[in-house]
Amino acid sequence: MSSAMTSVGRDQSGRQSWTFRTEGLTKVYETGATQVHALRGVDLDVPEGAFVVLLGPSGSGKSTLLNILGGLDRPTAGNAWFGDRDLATAGDTELTRYRRDHVGFIFQFYNLVPSLTARENVSLVTEIAPDPMAPHEALELVGLGGRLDHFPSQLSGGEQQRVAVARAVAKRPSVMLCDEPTGALDSVTGIAVLEALERINRELATTTMVITHNATIASMADRVISFADGRVSTMHDNDQRTPAEALTW
Amino acid sequence: MSPLDRKLFRDLWRMRGQVLAIALVMACGIATVVLSAGTLRSVLETRDAYYERYRFADVFAQAERAPQSLARRLASIHGVAGVETRIAQDVILDMPLVAEPVRGRVISLPEGRRPRLNDVALRSGRDLEPGATDEILVNETFAMAHGLAPGDTLVANLNGHQRTLRIVGTALSPEFVYALAPGALVPDNRRFGILWMGEEAAAAAFDLDGAFNDVSLSLTRGASEPAVIDAVDDLLARFGGVGAFGRRDHVSDAFLRSETDQLANLLQVIPPIILGVAAFLLNLVMSRLIETEREQVGLLKAFGFSNWAVGWHYLKFVLVIAAISTVLGCLVGAWLGRGMTDMYTAYFHFPILLYRLDPPTIAAAVLVGLAAGVVGATTAVRRAVRLAPAVAMRPPAPTGYRTGLLERIGLTRLLDQPTRMILRHIFRWPVRSALTVCGIALAAALLIGTMFFLDSVDVMLDVQFFQSQRQDVTLTFTQARTDDTRDALAHLPGVIAVEPFRSVAARVGFEHRSRRLSITGLEAAARLQRPIDAHGRTIDLPPDGLVMTDKLAELLGVSVGDWVTVETLEDRRRTATVPVRDLTDEFVGLAAYMSRPALNRLMGESSLASGAHLLIDTAEAPALYQELKDTPAIQSVTVQRSALDQFSSLLEESIILMVMVYVGLASLIAAGVVYSSARISLSERGRELASLRVLGFSKGEIAYIFLGGLSLLVAAALPIGCVMGYGLATLMVQLFDTELYRLPLAVEPSTYGFAALVVLVATTLTGLAVSRRLARLDLIAVLKTRE
Repeated sequence: MSSAMTSVGRDQSGRQSWTFRTEGLTKVYETGATQVHALRGVDLDVPEGAFVVLLGPSGSGKSTLLNILGGLDRPTAGNAWFGDRDLATAGDTELTRYRRDHVGFIFQFYNLVPSLTARENVSLVTEIAPDPMAPHEALELVGLGGRLDHFPSQLSGGEQQRVAVARAVAKRPSVMLCDEPTGALDSVTGIAVLEALERINRELATTTMVITHNATIASMADRVISFADGRVSTMHDNDQRTPAEALTW
Repeated sequence: MSPLDRKLFRDLWRMRGQVLAIALVMACGIATVVLSAGTLRSVLETRDAYYERYRFADVFAQAERAPQSLARRLASIHGVAGVETRIAQDVILDMPLVAEPVRGRVISLPEGRRPRLNDVALRSGRDLEPGATDEILVNETFAMAHGLAPGDTLVANLNGHQRTLRIVGTALSPEFVYALAPGALVPDNRRFGILWMGEEAAAAAFDLDGAFNDVSLSLTRGASEPAVIDAVDDLLARFGGVGAFGRRDHVSDAFLRSETDQLANLLQVIPPIILGVAAFLLNLVMSRLIETEREQVGLLKAFGFSNWAVGWHYLKFVLVIAAISTVLGCLVGAWLGRGMTDMYTAYFHFPILLYRLDPPTIAAAVLVGLAAGVVGATTAVRRAVRLAPAVAMRPPAPTGYRTGLLERIGLTRLLDQPTRMILRHIFRWPVRSALTVCGIALAAALLIGTMFFLDSVDVMLDVQFFQSQRQDVTLTFTQARTDDTRDALAHLPGVIAVEPFRSVAARVGFEHRSRRLSITGLEAAARLQRPIDAHGRTIDLPPDGLVMTDKLAELLGVSVGDWVTVETLEDRRRTATVPVRDLTDEFVGLAAYMSRPALNRLMGESSLASGAHLLIDTAEAPALYQELKDTPAIQSVTVQRSALDQFSSLLEESIILMVMVYVGLASLIAAGVVYSSARISLSERGRELASLRVLGFSKGEIAYIFLGGLSLLVAAALPIGCVMGYGLATLMVQLFDTELYRLPLAVEPSTYGFAALVVLVATTLTGLAVSRRLARLDLIAVLKTRE
């Protein structure tokens, strides 16, 4: 265990604590006559407050893992715990509740509601969250305090993605799950989005998991997990996290 | 099959729900065309063939007693092609199945030859034996209503003599396609029968040897009917002629024509509404299809497909839908047409009336289907044709929303985000939202505009039977009688009140316009029959002058205070000018009223009556009816209750079909509009809604966002539909406004309620059915895909 990891994943008494833990996590998709093994028995831990980057080629299983951890999908076999809650056996309503109260999602294509302004897109989530921050506060956190009343069609791609980050963070989620958050962005706007994620991870101690094809981003993580063929191929912790502003690609 | 065609069929299969929804609505429109146009053709062709084969006359006249020698002079009138004289007399029949006296009309047939005009179509049995004195043919429907067959007998009061007559056959005649007894509202096969009798027997029975009292004439091509009528009137004047008239005033033909006119009117109103909705739905679905396939359109064009080929590909999509609709519409329309034609046979008696789905009707259906399809698809297909390949290959820009009226008036501040999404979505597509509202509203309007007919009939019956004509029994005398008759009638069993009336055939004219009708002279303080004005108030008959129906006033172009010419057509014919004193609001026929003394004065006669209205104690009705059957001076007896019952029973027969058809139509339209809108909405917003599910919104919450918009549109559509329905009812009333009858414009709250309920049920069920798809939204796919 690296020194960097000692600062995260431990409670006040110094005990190691985990946001996510999986055991033998397996997912098989049945498509007609063929079976696709998306996950083949994945065991891993995600410490509380950690910034984790998931790497791997398309179809390696990283999105499937994120979907299961985000309460969007259920494993075929194995277990996935969020704290002491088993996501593998949770019902539909319980998963909806879990997503609503604990998970902040960020998508590659932002998925903003086009008929709502930036502020309203954030309010959409804060209205149903138990302990949210004010929408303008969340938008200021991502540097969009000046564009509160713009509709998505009036914002650039990077701005739209930062609204999505604000929307995810506004409910003070326990975890942020980001699937290719910079995939549709150029490097300058991509880095702005990563800075926002980094700041939230640092200031709010939100466990953050980021899927990316961009290996450069791995250097800003506490832990880097690489996937291949439905299994964890390598997992390492960075001694030093590179600040997002120092990244280039 | 080319790959593009394979794509076409797979697209059709993939979108089968929407394809079916549109096809059903369009099929409804086509079915109404096939139904109305087909029935119209069937009735018109059958009528024309029937009239021609059985030589239906062009001009008709009655007299009191004209010598046979007059026939030759009638035949020599310029423009007359043929003449047939005969004896026609109303009689009373004593039928065991009916308590009251039954009205019969005896009509003579020439001995040993076919009548030159108004021949009869023998339906069973045989023709009359020449010279037979007790043989008759009866009209088929009357025989059926009484269970009579050749070989049976019936008892008739002929000129004061009870006679037993032997039925040798049943027949139909072009004169009685619509066999309406004088003064009746609807045909009543049990209470009105036609008896054809040999000429010699009829002449003997009615003391008309060597004479006739009824004549029919046919005209040569191009002859002037008014001139012939004038000439006939001149010749018959001395013999008690009561004014000749053409087919236009012939009751049977006029009712038949009124019915075909209404069919033609319906054809102009209902199908365009439904097909308009179908075109809109088609436009909605095609626009969305092309929008989602814009990258494919770009690809096809990049591969070298011409604009025309791409346009033709999408046009074929529409043509397939049109073809499905046309086939469905023809089948359903023909099925309904058969039902409608069956219904007609209850009113109209043809030897044979078959609904045929003939080539011209099919051609009309195909044309109408194509037109609706092409109109609906044009703008969408044109967009595909115009799309430049490079533009098409790029994804469309995100849907732009901007601050609008809702924000400016500060309304949104009061609303939560999901509600804002609902409202913004509605106002982002104002034309589509408006058309959706319009489509749903039209479904409600269609129901109101057709079902109001029942409210209207209620008002009509109320005015006719409970306000204006409150007598239990109406009697007519064989000839006008003095006031002594009143006392005699008052002493009959069960008679509580007697109000004599005078009825005189007359031609009422103003400037160059005139109409032939009966002027009824009523007692000044009549309490049984009395004219009612447009506000439901009783009109006190003035000591002089006329009170006429507002329809007659409209046709003559007169108003209260104008002086009209009255030319009486009975007895000593007189012409006078009399003032119009008031207008009465009646819904059946054309009528004019005077006080009886004034009418007697106008006729230059003493206090005479043509009949009487009776108020009776129904407990003693059987005794009264028996007495009336044996009274030679009585020509006809009409019992109001029976007339009302007959009307109601005929209405009930047709009402189930009517309610079924229109409820089905309206439900289909409402469901079709909601289904198409909901599916489009789901296709456009599926990703958005799935994103919300990912963000932690429950199924109920996204169902609220999804169905909330539709509910708002339905809620907006209902009041609009009510207003449009009232408008449609007004239009119908105008279209149905004929000289024979009019519909009062009355729409009861319950009719609006019923229409709203049908639309609500149809839209709710459809909305819920589509929203079941929300449960199947792919939450994972939205994370990865761009719209």
